[in-house]
Amino acid sequence: MNALVENIAQYNFAYLDEQTKRMIRRAILKGIAIPGYQVPFASREMPMPYGWGTGGVQVTASIIGPDDVLKVIDQGADDTTNAVSIRAFFRKVADVAVTTETAKATIIQTRHRIPEYPLAAGQVLVYQVPIPEPLRFLEPRETETRKMHALEEYGLMHVKLYEDIAKHGRIATTYAYPVKVEGRYVMDPSPTPKFDNPKMHMSPALQLFGAGREKRIYAIPPFTEVVSLDFEDHPFEVQSFDQPCALCGAEQVYLDEVILDDHGGHMFVCSDTDHCEKRRENGHTGATAAGSKEAVE
Amino acid sequence: MYVAVKGGEAAIANAHALLADRRRGDRDVPALRLDQIVEQLGLGVDRVMAEGSLYDKELAALAVMQARGDMIEAIFLVRAYRTTLPRFGYTRPIDTAVMQVERRVSATYKDLPGGQLLGPTFDYTHRLLDPELAGGADVAEPEQREAAPEPMPRVSEILAHEGLIEPDGSLPDGHVTGDITREPLEFPMERDIRLQALSRGDEGFLLALGYSTQRGYGRSHPFVGEIRIGEVELELDVPELPFPVTLGRIRVTECQMVNQFKGSAKAPPQFTRGYGLVFGQSERKAMAMSLCDRALRAREFGEDVVAAAQDEEFVISHSDNVQATGFVEHLKLPHYVDFQAELDLVRRMRAGHAERQGEEGEQREAAE
Repeated sequence: MNALVENIAQYNFAYLDEQTKRMIRRAILKGIAIPGYQVPFASREMPMPYGWGTGGVQVTASIIGPDDVLKVIDQGADDTTNAVSIRAFFRKVADVAVTTETAKATIIQTRHRIPEYPLAAGQVLVYQVPIPEPLRFLEPRETETRKMHALEEYGLMHVKLYEDIAKHGRIATTYAYPVKVEGRYVMDPSPTPKFDNPKMHMSPALQLFGAGREKRIYAIPPFTEVVSLDFEDHPFEVQSFDQPCALCGAEQVYLDEVILDDHGGHMFVCSDTDHCEKRRENGHTGATAAGSKEAVE
Repeated sequence: MYVAVKGGEAAIANAHALLADRRRGDRDVPALRLDQIVEQLGLGVDRVMAEGSLYDKELAALAVMQARGDMIEAIFLVRAYRTTLPRFGYTRPIDTAVMQVERRVSATYKDLPGGQLLGPTFDYTHRLLDPELAGGADVAEPEQREAAPEPMPRVSEILAHEGLIEPDGSLPDGHVTGDITREPLEFPMERDIRLQALSRGDEGFLLALGYSTQRGYGRSHPFVGEIRIGEVELELDVPELPFPVTLGRIRVTECQMVNQFKGSAKAPPQFTRGYGLVFGQSERKAMAMSLCDRALRAREFGEDVVAAAQDEEFVISHSDNVQATGFVEHLKLPHYVDFQAELDLVRRMRAGHAERQGEEGEQREAAE
């Protein structure tokens, strides 16, 4: 056997070598210095596929230290398979403490959600980003979109939103809803539902965005203005649900629809599993507190 | 009854155990050994080395075995390993003119210095399934001869004597050769970066694009000036030593495509070139690469960019199969948060639609 194969298990703390981490930290610092600007970085192949959060994993691997406490969520939940897998990866390669509690985490890596529990100063939220370019579906060429950002030429985006209103009577973007950061760059908030956009605004936490396949990092420093694009006569509004969480009774949170049977029976439960569990521990109950379908009916 | 989906960790562990079982298959069948893969599935190993961008047959064979023969998965395994390796430096450019050639064919000259050498090619085999091979029949030793003493100059050099073909490409002054594994891709790019990306690009993707240029989508009138396959030495400059140090040998496939001539008021007409170089033995990939390389030089030659194969951003952004497979396959990851957002929107829009229909109906009734 080749000697390399026998020694294959030797990896640096948090997988990436220190030179790579330094390169990524520089990109992060540049991103913090220019909020909302997409910084190109020499993304590495990671031991999980592109599309599984390689950008977020590289950002987390570059900033994580032995004293950090990591929380990983996917779709708001700590127990979805990919969140489990990424958490296990960092437990293995960085031997860090992990948690599901939003308040206890120093770094939270997320895909598609921002936790319901308000983030605090000192926490870092790391987003996994598939397509970092908010203008990509309007203009497929990187050479063009970079020019548009440089010239602050965002007319195309406003035309798109206007066409939505003309066609559908409302802005028909429900997730990855574009925002303007600190009055300058239009930014893709990653495919979080627009429900979460207001949480980005003036957040005391540092927000970092990593897109591995597209090789881009961007950032929102703490207490930065993040405004969802809209029109005076069609102001931005978030989703609202007609009923509270069936398990914990929470309102003004984002809910997932759970199909109960094949006759159209369904219920709505918190997408943020940690938030839901905490509420239930504190005695809050919803319509299906007992967990039975009958309670719904 | 709703039960929160718990136990992801156990499910993942069980899935991995089942995968290992399926990979091994029937325990009564002897397990594969890496040397069997290296020796008997050599072209598969070559492809994994080429698109994995790591020249190591054993690691590539391990990857093929671990991936159950799924080539893109094997390439991914090799890439994820190579990216962790430290970078000691860059070798001198390899010199394919002094290659230990095993195969060399030219389609532009009947005979040329060094001759034509068929080598181990499928080209003139009849594609009849061979039951004897399945039976494990003995294979006779091949004919061998002493290496010819005469040099085997590249066809591009033969044509260059008369000025009939453009010389080896040149890069802008002060240009330092890039490294796509260490720097982010930026468009537009120089040819060095483009060739690196093509060399590790997906064989099937480049094959289809090269084929499209032959069918009129960015036609370039190609001739195979030369294909050569063989081993070349790798030399590294070490600061402490006054001479380059030989690190070893690698097998490569090189294709020099001779294309449509160009001329202008100032310059007499001359043939242009497309270039392909791939680790191991892979003529198909090297040829497809050289067609794509020539097509992508459209801007350089002032040709109109009208076809997919000529479009640098399109070709280079989508040529990497590890990236492509990741992003296509990530669609199977949960997206229910976003889907919920869309569900909500569609329900609201349908409610609005029904309301409007109702109003219209009432108006019609009132009118009647």
